[in-house]
Amino acid sequence: MSLPILSLLIFFPVLGAVILLGTGKENGKKIKVMALVISLVEFVLTLPLWFAFDKTTHHMQFVERHSWISLFNIEYYLGLDGISILFVLLSTLITILCVLVSWHSIQIKIKEFFVCLLLLEGAMIGVFCALDFFLFYIFWEAMLIPMFLLIGIWGGPNRIYAATKFFLYTLVGSLLMLVGIITLYMQGGNTFDILALAEQSYPLKLQLMLFWGFFAAFAVKVPMWPVHTWLPDAHTEAPAAGSVVLAAILIKMGAYGFLRFSLPILPEATAAMIMPMIILSLIAIVYGGLICLAQTDLKRLIAYSSVSHMGFVTLGIFSLNTQSVEGGILQMINHGVITGALFLAIGMVYERTHTRLISDYGGLATRMPVLSSFFLLFTLASIGLPGTNGFIGEFLILLGSFMTRPWVALIAASGLIIGAWYMLWLYQRIFFNPVNPRWDNIRRLDRREIITFLPLVILIFWIGLFPNHMLSYMHVSVAHLLEQVTGNPAGIANGVQFGLDAATALPLSH
Amino acid sequence: MNIPFTLPALGPIMPEILLVCMAIILMMVDLLFPRKKELLSQLVVLTAIGLIVMLFKQTPAVTFGTMFIVDSYAIFFKIICLFGLLMTTLLSGQYLKIEKISQGEYYSLMLFSMVGMMTMISAGDLIVVYLGLELMALTIYCLVGLLKNDWRANEASLKYFLMGAFSSALLLFGISLLYGMTGTTDLAGIAQYCLEADILTNPALLTGFALVLSGFCFKVGAAPFHFWTPDIYHGAPTTITSFMSVAPKAAGFAVLGRFLIMAFPESQEQWGPIIAIIALLSMAVGNIIAISQQNVKRMLAYSSIAHVGYALLGLLTGTSEGYSATMSYLYIYAFMNMGAFAIVILLCSKGNRRESLADYKGLAKSNPGAALLMLIFLFSLTGIPPTAGFIGKFYLLKAALAAGYTWTVIWAVMFSAISAYFYLRLIRYMYMEKAQQQFVTHYSPGVTAALAISAIGVIGIGIFPGTLLNWAARSLIGF
Repeated sequence: MSLPILSLLIFFPVLGAVILLGTGKENGKKIKVMALVISLVEFVLTLPLWFAFDKTTHHMQFVERHSWISLFNIEYYLGLDGISILFVLLSTLITILCVLVSWHSIQIKIKEFFVCLLLLEGAMIGVFCALDFFLFYIFWEAMLIPMFLLIGIWGGPNRIYAATKFFLYTLVGSLLMLVGIITLYMQGGNTFDILALAEQSYPLKLQLMLFWGFFAAFAVKVPMWPVHTWLPDAHTEAPAAGSVVLAAILIKMGAYGFLRFSLPILPEATAAMIMPMIILSLIAIVYGGLICLAQTDLKRLIAYSSVSHMGFVTLGIFSLNTQSVEGGILQMINHGVITGALFLAIGMVYERTHTRLISDYGGLATRMPVLSSFFLLFTLASIGLPGTNGFIGEFLILLGSFMTRPWVALIAASGLIIGAWYMLWLYQRIFFNPVNPRWDNIRRLDRREIITFLPLVILIFWIGLFPNHMLSYMHVSVAHLLEQVTGNPAGIANGVQFGLDAATALPLSH
Repeated sequence: MNIPFTLPALGPIMPEILLVCMAIILMMVDLLFPRKKELLSQLVVLTAIGLIVMLFKQTPAVTFGTMFIVDSYAIFFKIICLFGLLMTTLLSGQYLKIEKISQGEYYSLMLFSMVGMMTMISAGDLIVVYLGLELMALTIYCLVGLLKNDWRANEASLKYFLMGAFSSALLLFGISLLYGMTGTTDLAGIAQYCLEADILTNPALLTGFALVLSGFCFKVGAAPFHFWTPDIYHGAPTTITSFMSVAPKAAGFAVLGRFLIMAFPESQEQWGPIIAIIALLSMAVGNIIAISQQNVKRMLAYSSIAHVGYALLGLLTGTSEGYSATMSYLYIYAFMNMGAFAIVILLCSKGNRRESLADYKGLAKSNPGAALLMLIFLFSLTGIPPTAGFIGKFYLLKAALAAGYTWTVIWAVMFSAISAYFYLRLIRYMYMEKAQQQFVTHYSPGVTAALAISAIGVIGIGIFPGTLLNWAARSLIGF
C-alpha cells in the first residue's frame, strides 16, 4: 500500500480545522470558502475508494496497520470493507452539504463552527475505518466534543439542555461499552484487533454480558426505543448542519456498531437476543410513527420519524438474512440521504421564518415552488414510493423479515402506512392549506441552495432505480458477516444468489 | 560502651539535602536582595528542573538501614511532585503580585514541604513516613494561611491544622499499635513478622492497620476523610491549592501504595474491597457534590476527591499493573489539573478573583484562547479521548477489571458519567452563555509556559501515551 489514503481522509479535515483555527476571525467569507474547499477536496479524495474497491472479497481493503501503544498491544489499524465504504463516502458528501447550508444561517463564531464541523468529519471517518476496538472508541468518543459544541453553541433556544442531554446519554452508553471492550480484550487474548476478536469463541454468558454492554452504546446512538429520548431534543435544537450530520451519519454509527462488533464477535449472544431486538425494533417503528402524528414542531416530527426509520434498520440487521441485512445497510444510506435532505430543506425554511411550529406555516407551495417540489420528492422517498431509494431499502427489509417471520413483516409494514400518513399530512399543512400572509414576501431558493439539494436528488433516484450498484459493494461482505453469525458457510453462495435475485427482481431496476 | 559510628551513605538522599540547602539559600536571598523578587522564582524553577534531571539519573539504593529507599517507584513519584512544584512556581509570579504575598517564605516553605514529600515517598519505615508527612503538613498549614488579611484563608489554615493534627494523631496511634503487635516499624519487617507469627487476623493489628489507612486517606483527601478539602481548597491561595491538588496527593499515594504492598502484601483480599469502597465513596461524594458548587475552586476541590477515587482503583488491585495505572494517572492528573488551575489563576486580577462559575460566562468571546485551553483540560478531566485523561482512566479501569473488580468498575464509570455534568457546565458557561463582563487577561511568561506545558502534556499523552505508560510500568520492576 503506497498511499495511506484512509489516514489522509481522517487527518486532512483535522488539519484543515487547525489551519482554519489559525486564520483571523474577521473574514467570514474567506473562512466559509476555505471550509468549502477543504470539504470538497476531502470528497474528491474519497472517490478513488469508490473505484478502486474490490467487490469480490470480504477482506479489509486499503489497510494501514502500525503499532501504537505497544504496552496494551493497541494498533493504529484502519481498513474498509463492503459494509463501511459507503458510509465514508456518505460522510464526506454530507459534510459538503453541511458547509453549504450553513453559509448564511451561521452568524456568530463562524470560524469555530467550521472548525467543529471539520473535526467532526475527521472523527466520523475514523469511526468507520477503525479496525482496532480501542482506536474505534477513541474516534467514537472524540466525536462527542464537536457535536456537543455544535448543538450547544449554534442551536435553538433550548440548545443547552439538548446538548447536555445528548452528551450524557451517549457518554453513559459509551462508558458501559468501554467496560465491555476491556473485558473482551482480556478474554480475547490481549488484542483489540476486531478481526482477530471475531475469530474466537467466547462462553455464552460472557457473550450476553458483552452484548448488553455494547447494546448500551449502540442502542443509544441508533437510537432504539426506549433510549431514544435524546434524539428529538438534539435534532430540534441543533443548527441545520448539526441536524443533518446527526441524522445522516451519527445515528448510523449505532447500527454500524451492531454490524461490525455485536454480530461477528458475539454470534451466539446475537442469536439468543434476536427476539428482544426485533421487538424493540417493532416498538420503535410503530411507536415512533404514532408519536410523529402528535407533533406540532417540524423538526421534532422528522426526529421521531428517524426513530421509526431506524427501527427498520435494526429490524433488518437482526433478521439476519442476506436481504434484510443488505436492506438494513442500504436503508441506513437511504435514511441518511432522505432525512439529511429533509433537514436541509427545513433548515432553509427556518433560516427565513425562524419558526418551527407547523401551525405557523401554510400555502408555502405558492410562495416557494421550487422548495416545495424538492420537499415533495423527499417526502415521497421517505414514505418509500417505488422509484425512490426509500422503497428499495424498506422492501428488502420487509422481504427478509417476511421470509423468516411473516408476522414481524406485517407489523413493520404498518409503520410504512403510518409513515405515509404523517409525512403527507405534514406536507399538506406546510405547503398546501390556506396561505399564511406572514410569508408573502419570503425569499425563494437561491442557486446555492438548489445546488445543495442536487446531489441528494441524484442519489435518491440513482439508488431507487439502480440499487444493484450500491448493493454490489455489500454482497460479499454481508455474506461473510452472516457466515460469521450463523456459522453456516454453505448458505453463503445461496445467500448471495438470493440477494442478487431479490435485487434484480425489483420492478423498477434495470 | 563505645558504639562505632559510621555515617550512612548520603548519595541516595542527596536530592533532599540539596533541597534543604536551597530552601535556606532562598531565605537568605530574600533577605539580602529584597528587591529582586523574580530571582526567587527563577531559582526555584532551576532547582526543580535540576532535581528532575538528577533524579532521572539516580540509581536505586537503600540507605539509613532500610529506612530510606530510593527505587524507581520513589523516583517516579518524586518527579511528579517536583513537576507540581515547577508548575506552581511558574504560576506563582503573577499571582503573588496580585495578592501581595511576600515571596521569600512562600518559596522556601514550598521547598521544605517538598523535602517532606520526598522523604515520605522514599520512606521504608513508618517513623520516617511520619517524619516526612509532618514536615510536609506543617509547611502547608502555613502556606494555606499566607493571605493574612483574608478571613477565608485564616479559616482554612486553622481548619486544616486542627483536622490535620487529628489525622496525624490517628496515624501515630495506628503506627504505635502496629509497632506493639510486630515489634518493628520497618515496613518489610512488619510483613515478615505478621507472616511468621500468623497474626494477620489479630484485632489489634487490624485496628492499627485501619488507623494508619485512615491517616493516609485523610492526606490524599479520600472520602469519608475528605471534609477538609473544599474549605481549604477554597480558602488557600490558588497557587497553593493547585500545588496541594498535585504534589502532596502524589506523595500520599506513594506512601499508601508502599504501605499496602510492603507491609501487608498477604492480605490484599481483605484491604482490596475496603479500598474499593473508599474509592467508590470518593467518586460518589466528589462527583455528586461538585454538581451544586458555584465556586470554581470548590468545584475543583470536589473533583479532586473524585479523582482520588479513580486513582485508588489501581492501588486496590495490589497488582503491578494496577500500581502503574495509578502512577500514570497521577502524572496525567498533574498535567490536566495544573492546566485548569492555571486558567483560574489567569483570570484572577486585583480586587476581583473571578472564582465564581458565573465569571466564566462568555469567556469564549472575551478570551477565546483561555476558553479553548480550559475546554481541553475539562474534557480531559471528564476523560474524553483524545485527551490524556481518557488514557489514564482507561488504564485504571483495565487494571481493576483484570483483578476481577467488575462491579467496582461499572460503578466507577457511572460516577464518571455524572462528573461530565459539572465539567460540561463550565464549558457551557464559557461557550454558550452571554458574557456578563469584559476583561482582558494578562499572560505573564510563567503562566504562558505553564499553560503550554499542560496543554502539550494533555494532548501529547492523549495521542502518544506509550512513553509514559512504559515508564510507569518499568518503574515497578523490582518493586
